[in-house]
Amino acid sequence: MTTLLSAQGISKHFGGVNALNLCSLDVEKGSITGLIGPNGSGKTTLFNVITGYVKPDTGTVTFDGRDITNARPDKVFALGVGRTFQLTRIFGRITVLENMLVATQREESWLRGLTRSMSSKSELDAAMEWLDFVGIARLAKVPAGSLSYGQRKLLELAYVLVADPDVILLDEPAGGVNLTLINVISEKIRALNKEGKTFLIVEHNMEFVMNLCDAVTVMHQGTNLVSGSPTEVRNNPLVLDAYLGGGEEEDATEEVANG
Amino acid sequence: MLKKKVNLLWLVAFAIALFVPNIITNPAYRQIAVITLIFTACATSWNMFSGYSGYVALGSAAFYGTGAYTMALVALHLHVHAGGDMFWLVPVGGIAAMLVAIPVGLIALRVRRHTFVVITIAIFFVFQLAAINFGFTGGTGGLTLPYIPWMIQNYHVPFYYVALAMLVFAIALSASVRRSRFGLQLLAIRDDEDRALGLGVKVFPVKLTGFAMSAFTIGMGGALYAMMQGQIYPQFVFDPIFDISIALMAFFGGFGTLLGPILGGLVLESSQQYLTVSYSNGSLYLILFGVLFLLVVLFMPQGIVVFIRDWWAKRQDRLAAANEAVGVQGGHS
Repeated sequence: MTTLLSAQGISKHFGGVNALNLCSLDVEKGSITGLIGPNGSGKTTLFNVITGYVKPDTGTVTFDGRDITNARPDKVFALGVGRTFQLTRIFGRITVLENMLVATQREESWLRGLTRSMSSKSELDAAMEWLDFVGIARLAKVPAGSLSYGQRKLLELAYVLVADPDVILLDEPAGGVNLTLINVISEKIRALNKEGKTFLIVEHNMEFVMNLCDAVTVMHQGTNLVSGSPTEVRNNPLVLDAYLGGGEEEDATEEVANG
Repeated sequence: MLKKKVNLLWLVAFAIALFVPNIITNPAYRQIAVITLIFTACATSWNMFSGYSGYVALGSAAFYGTGAYTMALVALHLHVHAGGDMFWLVPVGGIAAMLVAIPVGLIALRVRRHTFVVITIAIFFVFQLAAINFGFTGGTGGLTLPYIPWMIQNYHVPFYYVALAMLVFAIALSASVRRSRFGLQLLAIRDDEDRALGLGVKVFPVKLTGFAMSAFTIGMGGALYAMMQGQIYPQFVFDPIFDISIALMAFFGGFGTLLGPILGGLVLESSQQYLTVSYSNGSLYLILFGVLFLLVVLFMPQGIVVFIRDWWAKRQDRLAAANEAVGVQGGHS
């Protein structure tokens, strides 16, 4: 296996806060990699650095052998790195189908947009196909703002997929979603992974992560603490310490061990 | 079916517009008609950028004034023959406004929402001050254009048709932008700019292009106005009321819709001009406008077009529901 996406020695300070402190992460090609850690450990900031939304103070990000540190988000996306947001972000006042069309091209000159219609036949087909894949094709003509929270999560996944990225970063895909939908999402991720898509997933739902991921990296206080298979990570005492602050709270330890 | 009906309505409206100079023969009212068309074209063009992208620009008079001064300066310095030839300078005024809009956009489009609004206002005042203080603009005395020796009775007719052509151009451009990938990208920027960026939309070039395109028609409007008036003053072509008027026209009719600024422009500008001419009281219309806007903001905050559209959709739903109920009662649904 080769490394597709790699972040090395990333640091980022916001004022006096060290959001990331020499954090490193590797994502193998064709894997589903999990990224877990307590709230505030820097997972989302790392996502923002990788996708170009935040410029790191130090460190490098490489994708498929290319240095993409400090590249703008549209550039990163054009190269093949798609992402979703923790708080789903869709375009509320245009239809679900139009949402899909926004993302259908990855690399196209901005002037081209002036002279072409909103969609080509093949783009429409692809958009409908992916909407069908996530199961919301019947809502294609509805304004996206009227979708429920779960449907928005599915739409966000679908419009990242429509541009056919090589690696997809999912920020809490199971957050605030009911159990049935969690299973649907996890099934979709597995199906896409079989077709060769690489995933990097931030998630708090341990069951979701442990069932789905080939490799897991645990973050703590802005740095990568442990990396390994789900079993290795689960049994690592450092991880429990990170989540529970040194095992002082016995009750909470039990809760995590059971759940 | 509905599409055909809508196209037919556009055609009927256009046909009526063609005969307006035959119906209105009083030069004072013909002038109102021309100014109304110019403002409607400007409002449509303003809405093509601000309405679609959500970037409310309140400094468009900078482009209007640039168009007006370009018309005056080029006509004077190149000794353009006073008359129909000067119409060729109308698009030149548009291009000048567009060229001015590029550096303005490079600065203003870096910030968003309220900051953007304030920056555009500030930039507008820089233009007004420049027009007042530079020598080549004639200062507060303004500029007098070459005198066009047309009979007063039909003086406004050519201007009317050029203004109508400009409005048709603005509507066609706005409609085709709405249908293009570029227009979709503007709408995506309005809804969530950062998300659009993360989906490969090159937001800055897209915003700048839209901004410059909308300045083009506004500049043409200023040029045509200058040519018709024959005399321009900095405070009348670089006029803060212009900034607010075209924005209000779009909000009144329906911000971000194709039809909204057309409706808003036709209704508001014609009534304003009419009130000013009829009652020779420059500020009466401001009071009436205030009341009108209070009503619109209170009862139809999204503008008249959206209000009527929603009302129509609800009515259709009710009718469909009623029909269904009757069908169920009758035992065949």
